[in-house]
Amino acid sequence: MPSKTVNREERAPLVIVGMALAAVLFLNLPVFIIFVYAFTTDSQTFTFPLPGLTTQWFGIAAGRNDLWEALGLSIRVALLATVLAMLLGTLAAAAVSRSKFFGREAVSFLLVLPLALPGIVTGIALRQTMGVLDIPFSFFTIVVGHATFCMVIVYNNVLARFRRMSWSIMEASADLGANSWQTFRYVLLPSMSTALLAGGMLAFALSFDEVIVTTFTAGQDSTLPIWIFSQLTRPRDRPVTNVVALFVVLIMAIPILLSYRISQRDGETQLNR
Amino acid sequence: MKTTAALPRSPIQRFSNFLYAHPALGLALLLGPPLVWMIGIYLSSLFTMLVQSFFRLDDFTGQIVREFTLSTYAQLFTASNLDIVQRTAGMATAVTLATLLIAFPLAYYMARYASTRAKGFLYLAVTLPLWSSYLVKVYAWKLILAKEGILSWVIGQLHLTAGMDWLLGIPTIGGPSLSISPIGIFLVFVYVWLPYMILPIQAALERVPKSLLEASGDLGAKPAKTFRHVILPLAFPGMVAGSLFTFSLTLGDFIVPSVMGNSSFYIGQAVLSHQGTSGNIPLAAAMTSVPLLIMAIYLILARRLGALDAL
Repeated sequence: MPSKTVNREERAPLVIVGMALAAVLFLNLPVFIIFVYAFTTDSQTFTFPLPGLTTQWFGIAAGRNDLWEALGLSIRVALLATVLAMLLGTLAAAAVSRSKFFGREAVSFLLVLPLALPGIVTGIALRQTMGVLDIPFSFFTIVVGHATFCMVIVYNNVLARFRRMSWSIMEASADLGANSWQTFRYVLLPSMSTALLAGGMLAFALSFDEVIVTTFTAGQDSTLPIWIFSQLTRPRDRPVTNVVALFVVLIMAIPILLSYRISQRDGETQLNR
Repeated sequence: MKTTAALPRSPIQRFSNFLYAHPALGLALLLGPPLVWMIGIYLSSLFTMLVQSFFRLDDFTGQIVREFTLSTYAQLFTASNLDIVQRTAGMATAVTLATLLIAFPLAYYMARYASTRAKGFLYLAVTLPLWSSYLVKVYAWKLILAKEGILSWVIGQLHLTAGMDWLLGIPTIGGPSLSISPIGIFLVFVYVWLPYMILPIQAALERVPKSLLEASGDLGAKPAKTFRHVILPLAFPGMVAGSLFTFSLTLGDFIVPSVMGNSSFYIGQAVLSHQGTSGNIPLAAAMTSVPLLIMAIYLILARRLGALDAL
């Protein structure tokens, strides 16, 4: 006669299962619409059901020079911003994880600010500073903005790794006669490389997709997101935009899934922003 | 046999030893570059912007008058600008509440009921949409909500078109179609920021020890009471951390309102037009300080509540 039932293996109430399932579907279904519309024959409206199917827009998109230029710029910006973010983010993570110093909390706080504050704040601040200092728009002004908010992504990933590592292996390395460079090259780098790589991939994805800060730092140059945004507000090439959207989804899946694989293998999951 | 291992030989070796003996110097070398970047570029830019917000634009010459004045801030209190601030803050609040309601059950399920495998799957189901292209997500909704698009078609098949027309007919939130209305803006915001709410709540709930829930039950609390007095308070920091993002991201976004909106501006759009076409840089700066101020207050409160540890 159990007076009190102790449920070790609780079953989730149906309401919660239903609401959770609804949220998952809501999150994941909408992007699939992109896969459908890339093949529509309709070039003027977004009519559903599609009037017909075609693959002609892929060829037309591939022949557009403005798209290739935007893609090239986006990739170059993302690569340089990622390298900068990896360098600076790792240095900051090493400093914060190794020693306790006054203002250590403030460093973490400062690094997360560009992502925690509205994007327009970073954008306007950089734009106005460029105005005051008479710095013209260039490739590098875009990179500076991107590296600023990408840094924290690398920082978070590498810091998580450093916290799990034992620093005594560094001392062991030094005791065995290795100098700083050798310790870095043969001990530290191998043990942090996957975290660094995962962080770098995410930083690349973040930069490749950024539009708000870029609007203020790019001037006349068009990155791929800027090109898409201009098509969203003033649609001129709807079918080409559909194809570009599909292409962007596929491109961005690569660094994200790689980063997920890497961190999962190490028992870390740091896909939070 | 003579050993020389203890003696510095190469310059690198000597440098290593020197760093080991002077940890503060090593720290400065590590911390220097990122700090110089963040302070020299980021914080000083924020400061420049704040300084500009205390200048004003001469209406006749169109030049910026570089003298301290609060008149630019006073302009924020004109009816049309107050309207913009209110509309944006109202939207941010509505979006935050809606994401909370949708996010909580999923986060709760992930933390409490999901098996390890299911948890991994759900984690991907939340983070993949988070990391897929922001603009493409907005574009997908433009396609879904278009007057001739899939949602109208589904609603038509269900014979609910009259209901949607009624909804679109409501003055302040309606519009010609879902893809050009405040309802549309709201839906897209909820969609794009939802993962930012789920992850911190899940992280917070993940840290609630199972024994605590059992203890609450053993002491006679019904599940509803345990939820109200044990789970909810422990999830609260996560909810604050999530709302920090949903609120902040909505305040500073000009993409969604430009794509889905009508002619009523949100803060981001107003800032963009002051900075760009009308060249009123001081007003753009002052207007940007509104979300900055709101977020500063929010961040300070969140730190007090320990919500930032949940990030």
